[in-house]
Amino acid sequence: MRFSYLEPEFLVERNLERCIRCQVCVRQCAFEAHRYDAASDVVTVDSSRCVGCLRCVTMCPTDALIVRQNPTTFKENANWTGRVIKNIYKQAETGGVLLTGMGNDRPYPIYWDHMVLNASQVTNPSIDPLREPMELKTYLGRKPERLDVSVKDGKISLNTKLAPQLELRMPVVFSALSYGAISFNASKALASAAYEFGTYYNTGEGGLHRDLYRYGERTIVQCASGRFGVHKDYLQAAAAIEIKIGQGAKPGIGGHLPGEKVSREVSRTRMIPEGSDALSPAPHHDIYSIEDLRQLIYALKEATRYEKPVSVKIAAVHNSAAIASGMVRAGADIIALDGIRGGTGAAPTTIRDNVGIPIELAIASVDQRLREEGIRHQASILAAGGFRSSSDVIKAIALGADAVYIGTSALVAMGCHLCQICYTGKCNWGIATQDPYLEKRLNPEIAKERLMNLLRAWEHEIKEMLGGMGINAIESLRGNRLHLRGVGLTDSELEILGILPAGR
Amino acid sequence: MKRVYAKEEVCAGCRLCEIWCVVAHSKTKDIIKAFNEEFPRPLPRVQVEEFGSFSFALQCRHCNEPPCIEACMTGAMHREAPDGPVLHDADKCVGCWMCIMVCPYGAIARDETLKKIASKCDLCYGEEEPACVAHCPNEALVFEDRGE
Repeated sequence: MRFSYLEPEFLVERNLERCIRCQVCVRQCAFEAHRYDAASDVVTVDSSRCVGCLRCVTMCPTDALIVRQNPTTFKENANWTGRVIKNIYKQAETGGVLLTGMGNDRPYPIYWDHMVLNASQVTNPSIDPLREPMELKTYLGRKPERLDVSVKDGKISLNTKLAPQLELRMPVVFSALSYGAISFNASKALASAAYEFGTYYNTGEGGLHRDLYRYGERTIVQCASGRFGVHKDYLQAAAAIEIKIGQGAKPGIGGHLPGEKVSREVSRTRMIPEGSDALSPAPHHDIYSIEDLRQLIYALKEATRYEKPVSVKIAAVHNSAAIASGMVRAGADIIALDGIRGGTGAAPTTIRDNVGIPIELAIASVDQRLREEGIRHQASILAAGGFRSSSDVIKAIALGADAVYIGTSALVAMGCHLCQICYTGKCNWGIATQDPYLEKRLNPEIAKERLMNLLRAWEHEIKEMLGGMGINAIESLRGNRLHLRGVGLTDSELEILGILPAGR
Repeated sequence: MKRVYAKEEVCAGCRLCEIWCVVAHSKTKDIIKAFNEEFPRPLPRVQVEEFGSFSFALQCRHCNEPPCIEACMTGAMHREAPDGPVLHDADKCVGCWMCIMVCPYGAIARDETLKKIASKCDLCYGEEEPACVAHCPNEALVFEDRGE
């Protein structure tokens, strides 16, 4: 290989007084940054191989390792930053598209951090969720125009036929993470955690592994442009079906699973040859219009006897509101919106970092548009793209979402350190890999417990915040933007979000 | 009796079990001193066996009818209670290594750092949980009574 102009991104520092040469770091680094020199009985480091996943630091039994950002800087330049220069070096060396994993890491405004919640004081009582009932149960799916109820001999019966609904213990769902992009153990952890907790997980476009069919009633299966793994049993096993049009991390392009990650099991599940790149087309070639979308929605509904809600997922883009309106009219029961900070296993960096709009603005504009058109009840809004905490979730509900998809938060709960190299298939945490040696590092039992703990923690926090606002059911907060105020936002941002500035 | 069982499907092959076994059998019980200062350093009594991506930690199975006790001519290899761990008395051991010859698991090692003796797992006798189990980062080792 030719000499590279790239400096190491990280420096790995070893405290030799603490190092016991046990070589755990050597064995745990799939990038071979650590090596043991038996002749001198020392462990050496090649910092240029370090990706900053911190596996070695976490596993080192004597805390002998520190990984730091390389402090070396280029000459200060506001336009030609180190990041820009390094990207040019990389491309000059490889001639390729820059790839990355995880969500957008550029400093776009995070509107969640510019919105504050209300709380009851004096004139209305707040509620203590530890002493009084608090309802977080959420139903996703088409709601009826009106309820036709008849009373006979004092018995009330419902005459309206309800559309199929997904019942969530709280408004958080694990978002689409395909088997292939993530390991079987990671998929199993998500599936079993959703199943035990009482929410749902999404297969992404990776198909459904035969060992995961038993979690079917808590599974949302995806039908994406590549149609990988889509067949009769797959559709029938699920609780809901999602047509994936777009993804927040890469609006306008299809998924890409590198051949290195297409193991025998992935190939069986996706129904593609082993080792071949799984390239999803950018569009669905049978969907070039809302009318075409309607055909696929109804084909799927027909195939599953109208027993399952059908979701349509799009990346949040400039005209999401108009598109969402069309999607609802085409028969979508759930509108999934994925914002610019949405994650991925592999995407061109330039697309991830520059295409799409923040999810906060998309939720507000879509909710507003559907309400204005009087069709908001016909579909639930499932928002995705960088939800980091219970407060992000509750703010999204107040803005108008019905529930929230979490992907990155779930991965972090399982151990992800956001080093953004998922596309290499060498995830040292056993999450984004198909390497049998690395995959074992994720114990699905531990991961399941961690996921459930995260959901429980958020559930408690959401109840506390709701109680503080004097609300005892999440339904009463949905789209209730009076409980939000903006801090440090422009007039047009406030107008799009449909909220007042703090102090007013 | 309670034994250590390996879950090979989640063994990460990190060998932290071996490292903490050494610490547990060191004089100071301090990981840095045990490795960097103590002599002799005890041998790990648990060994991670690896073949490709397959790995698991192996230590003495504390057999119900241990061939090593049968074969030991000095009584170094012994049991204090019928359902207790198979223990090894270094003072009595003469380093004949018959135990190593008869162990069906290859779970006894030769310790030649001072006088020649056998080295094997004692289930961290007296501790609530063996060190290898307590420190396995992926819960790939469990300490339980399976009625075997």
